[in-house]
Amino acid sequence: MKHTLRQVFHSPNFVIGFVIFIVLLLMVIIYPLIITNPPLQIIAQGTFFPPGVYVNTFDSINSPATYTLNLDNAAAKRIESKLDNQQRLDMQTWLEADGIPADQIDITNTAQLLDQWTKSYDPNKSFPGMTFAKQRYYQRLDASLKGILSTSGAIIAAQDSQTGVLQQTGVVNQSDYVNISQVANVQVLPLGTDNFGRDVLTELVRATGVSLEIGLVAGVIATLIGLTLGLLGGYVGGLMDDFIMFITNLFTVIPSFVLLILISYSIGQDKRGAFTIAVVIGFTSWVWTARAVRSQVISLRNRDHVNLSKLSGHSVVHIIAADILPYIASYVVMALILQISSGILAEAGLSILGLGPRTTEVPTLGLMMNWAMIYQAEILGKWWAYFPVLVTIALITFSMNLMNTGLDQVFNPALRS
Amino acid sequence: MKGYGKYFLNKLLWLLVTFIFAFILNFTLPRLMPGNPVAGIVARLAQGMSNSNGMAAVYKRYTDLFGTDKPIYVQFLLYVKNVLQGNFGVSFSQYPRTVADILKSSIWWTICLQFPAIIVGWIIGNTLGALAAYLKGGFDKVLMPVSIFVSNFPAFGMAIILLVIFGVDLKWLPTSGGYGFDLIPTFTFTFMWSVIVHYQLPFWSIVLIAIGGQAIGMRSMSIYELNADYVKYSRFLGIKDRKIVGYVFRNAMLPQVTGLALSIGTMVGGALVAEIIFSYPGLGYTLLTAIVGQDYPLISATTMIVTLMVLIANFAIEIIYGFIDPRIKAAQSD
Repeated sequence: MKHTLRQVFHSPNFVIGFVIFIVLLLMVIIYPLIITNPPLQIIAQGTFFPPGVYVNTFDSINSPATYTLNLDNAAAKRIESKLDNQQRLDMQTWLEADGIPADQIDITNTAQLLDQWTKSYDPNKSFPGMTFAKQRYYQRLDASLKGILSTSGAIIAAQDSQTGVLQQTGVVNQSDYVNISQVANVQVLPLGTDNFGRDVLTELVRATGVSLEIGLVAGVIATLIGLTLGLLGGYVGGLMDDFIMFITNLFTVIPSFVLLILISYSIGQDKRGAFTIAVVIGFTSWVWTARAVRSQVISLRNRDHVNLSKLSGHSVVHIIAADILPYIASYVVMALILQISSGILAEAGLSILGLGPRTTEVPTLGLMMNWAMIYQAEILGKWWAYFPVLVTIALITFSMNLMNTGLDQVFNPALRS
Repeated sequence: MKGYGKYFLNKLLWLLVTFIFAFILNFTLPRLMPGNPVAGIVARLAQGMSNSNGMAAVYKRYTDLFGTDKPIYVQFLLYVKNVLQGNFGVSFSQYPRTVADILKSSIWWTICLQFPAIIVGWIIGNTLGALAAYLKGGFDKVLMPVSIFVSNFPAFGMAIILLVIFGVDLKWLPTSGGYGFDLIPTFTFTFMWSVIVHYQLPFWSIVLIAIGGQAIGMRSMSIYELNADYVKYSRFLGIKDRKIVGYVFRNAMLPQVTGLALSIGTMVGGALVAEIIFSYPGLGYTLLTAIVGQDYPLISATTMIVTLMVLIANFAIEIIYGFIDPRIKAAQSD
């Protein structure tokens, strides 16, 4: 046993797969210990907040100490972030109409663009073909640029509780800074929020956990059924084998996907928990294990040690447990790994169809995909809502298949080259 | 030809048996659950209906069609009769269209998409796999991990990635539908071009997934065959390398054909989900709308059709296999 394990851990494929899998597993276990927010809590008002660090504006203004930093490029940066691409293009159009050659205008160079703008812009100038609305738009744009360029601070006012009159309580200057560690409320959302306004990372970690559980339950059920049927068919033989083979062949050609859809739909939305789905997946995906176990058992059935065991009067159960199972154990483990990974994929496929687990209790990877698809995250370019989920699914299945390939190379000497 | 005749009959019989079994499952599974499918949906339909006479009429209509007030075997016979007449009932969610009508318009999209895609993926995958086994070295080292990764990627994931890259970011290809939303199906150049353009992303996402899995299988089969005694013997006899590769390829192909027959169900399932991502007007999308609309007759008919398609594809592959594997003929004529 020890030797086998050492051999297994010498296989590079297995080790890579194992490491990826363990990292994912540790994430699932450790993350909730540190960040204890409930995974399905809706924290954001609105959909798809991009990933980043969210600093509370109110707390920043009221932070205990403000610091003055005189940085030269602060104003330039401020304008750069304020001017979006469309505004830059509009400025370019105006400047070109004003007669500045197109090759002298570089809209990515904010300082130069602004310089050209302040020099040549005239609010009263109108070009042929320019609507009045457009002219007003340019005037507003100019005003907002001037607003950013001005050096006066923003005034904070509070409403007097009796008279309702605004009273100045403070001024935020352009060179004022707060230290982020002194701001009471800073929320890091590494993967932003999803369509319902939930923290994607927290949700993803929980979903990975649930999906792994689904895969494990489905895999164990499928492997147990497959193993039992395969052993019975292969060892007992006769009529039993014919019957089992008939059933197995039937379910090989009838697509399990269709069965999954029919059963999940029939169960109904209210009764579809994550566990139920896992059981259903398990009950529809045992076919491969049964086939493979049966053919291996048939090749083992007439080996000398089995015959000897039979002659010694051991019971069928004993023979199967002591003389056959150890020989197919490595195969069963590999089959289990593959079943787990295909179980996770099956859940994802079902959920995208809208037949996944009930949505109110736990997230799963498939459900997260489903939500992102319903809200068209992929079309809107909200990559953080679906891409990390895809990567997680791919990493899980990839790591499991790598482990499987590694095990295969160890236990199946014919494949070593 | 006698050997093949026997083989053919055997497979045909098996096709019938599996179909009947699938048919029974398709009928029973939804009925195993508490409450008959019609009552539940009619109740839902009726929520928006204040007129109790109208409600009764709707219920009566479906009860007549499905015979839900009769014993289960009568229901089954009724179901068989209806299906044989091509009558799958009326869709709940797209009333008053009939299920047969909806399926008639979507089935060709799926067949024209999935059949070529799976075949192309299979051919490319096998060629790459055989090349990897033969060339070894760098080609193999790159192709193998990529293949493993791609084949483990869910089909819908590949679909989304292609969609985002080529449809959303680069804007080369349209992101959804089977043809431009402003077009009416006609045999004009504009329409045909639109269909071809819309075809690309779903097609390649299915092909890519198929390539990965097939390449892995073909590679290990070819490696196994390359080490076989007959290859060594041929080399010993001084037969040209190209000819040997031909033998190896033919022998390694055979299990791959069987593999295709066995995995076609899974492939179709994955491809149906990929269709959904692109809102391709095929069976996958029909299935999604049916599930969203809780449209029981449509779901039941779609799963039936998908099963039938898979069974027929399976049958076709088995028949082809019978022709290309000489052992079949030998075994059957004994």
